[in-house]
Amino acid sequence: MTNKPKLKLATTSLAGCFGCHMSFLDMDERLVELLEQIEFDRSPFTDIKQLGPCDIGLIEGGVCNAENVHVLRTFREHCRILVAVGACAINGGVPAMRNHYSLQECLEEVYLNSPDTVNPHIPNDPELPLLLDKVYPVHEVVKIDYFLPGCPPTGDAFYSLLKDLIGGREPQVEKGRLRYD
Amino acid sequence: MTTEPEPKLICIDGQEIPFQHGQTIMDAALAAGIYIPHLCHFPGITPQGNCKLCTVEVNGKPLTACTSPAADGQQIRNNTTELNEARKALTQMLFMEGNHICPSCEKTGNCPLQAMAYHLGMLHGRFPAQYPLRQVDASHPTIMLDRDRCILCSLCVRASREVDGKNVFAIAGRGIHASLIVNTSSGKLADSDIEPSDLAAKICPVGAILIKEHGYDAPIGRRIFDQHKISEIGLEKEIVARVKSDDQ
Ligand code: SF4
Ligand code: FES
Repeated sequence: MTNKPKLKLATTSLAGCFGCHMSFLDMDERLVELLEQIEFDRSPFTDIKQLGPCDIGLIEGGVCNAENVHVLRTFREHCRILVAVGACAINGGVPAMRNHYSLQECLEEVYLNSPDTVNPHIPNDPELPLLLDKVYPVHEVVKIDYFLPGCPPTGDAFYSLLKDLIGGREPQVEKGRLRYD
Repeated sequence: MTTEPEPKLICIDGQEIPFQHGQTIMDAALAAGIYIPHLCHFPGITPQGNCKLCTVEVNGKPLTACTSPAADGQQIRNNTTELNEARKALTQMLFMEGNHICPSCEKTGNCPLQAMAYHLGMLHGRFPAQYPLRQVDASHPTIMLDRDRCILCSLCVRASREVDGKNVFAIAGRGIHASLIVNTSSGKLADSDIEPSDLAAKICPVGAILIKEHGYDAPIGRRIFDQHKISEIGLEKEIVARVKSDDQ
């Protein structure tokens, strides 16, 4: 074992379903090996809330509200390498299907008109982050260094991305393994 | 004394291949087993040169292989880094100009557009996503038309006219305002004479025209592009044959 300092890895889920994070865990026992070379910073896996300086940031999910914008910019500021992970981060994915409708139409459909609504009203608690007019891919908000497609990317895809980055190589997605679903 | 006519040859990426009078560069390449990426070409249907994916350099000039006649001695560059990068950019534009949400599309795994993007190594959309607002036509009992995914290749238009002997579809408008329309006074598919067994109902290279109630029939692993690469020659017929058009 070398004494090389471990790389710091942060992850977050914006407008996503946590499927990418679940798939990350599909690396199974290889996580043990990876943890010899990386350590987590802010991530749903650690519950660390404050982001420190990091080597790698993985972004799941597109950008649907003001808080997503804030988190994404914070990741960009703190991470040397930022990777858009999964269909939603890359092109908005399933949440972007709301882009067909105005925000008003979406809110009315969900909170006022849907048949099983009890006490219909549109939530307006000041704590709630404001929704954006549309769901955006992350690369339209900050510069992204690498992209890992898939819905979700497989555990193998995460593993090869991280091995490449740990080894100081440009991550390569083998063409035969490319999947958008 | 008669002499055998010299065989006419074109040269693609250094490989000489024969062609017959009247063949396009695409026809000759496919016959010789050489893949030139294409989305709007279908064997036997009049080519129209819409998608530009088949752009090759002929004696240094970019031309669409599907519409350019083969001519003796042409020096053609096809599988080059530059051309494939340009093809990738075109494919990225096709993705960004429509609403292509692969994980929620019934065509996923059987989709030539998606397979083309895999072939060209597309990792992201590169251009600003347009998220256009387009009409869905679910009026027909067995055929669905979701214009969100239409890439305006016009294969359905041509297949309906040339093969089905009907005239169900047309492209209206120009440039970014172009859209696929149905040739009925209501504009609805239900009022047309399209049938699920028509080539026009099966030929769509994206998930814009779909046979209803057959989405996700083939599980992951058994879909066309789980088993094939788009660069395999002659796949078009197989793709169409695999579209289920009745209850099997
Ligand atoms: S509906 Fe399909 S076949 Fe018809 S023009 Fe659009 S992409 Fe082409
Ligand atoms: S296949 Fe030639 S332009 Fe589309």
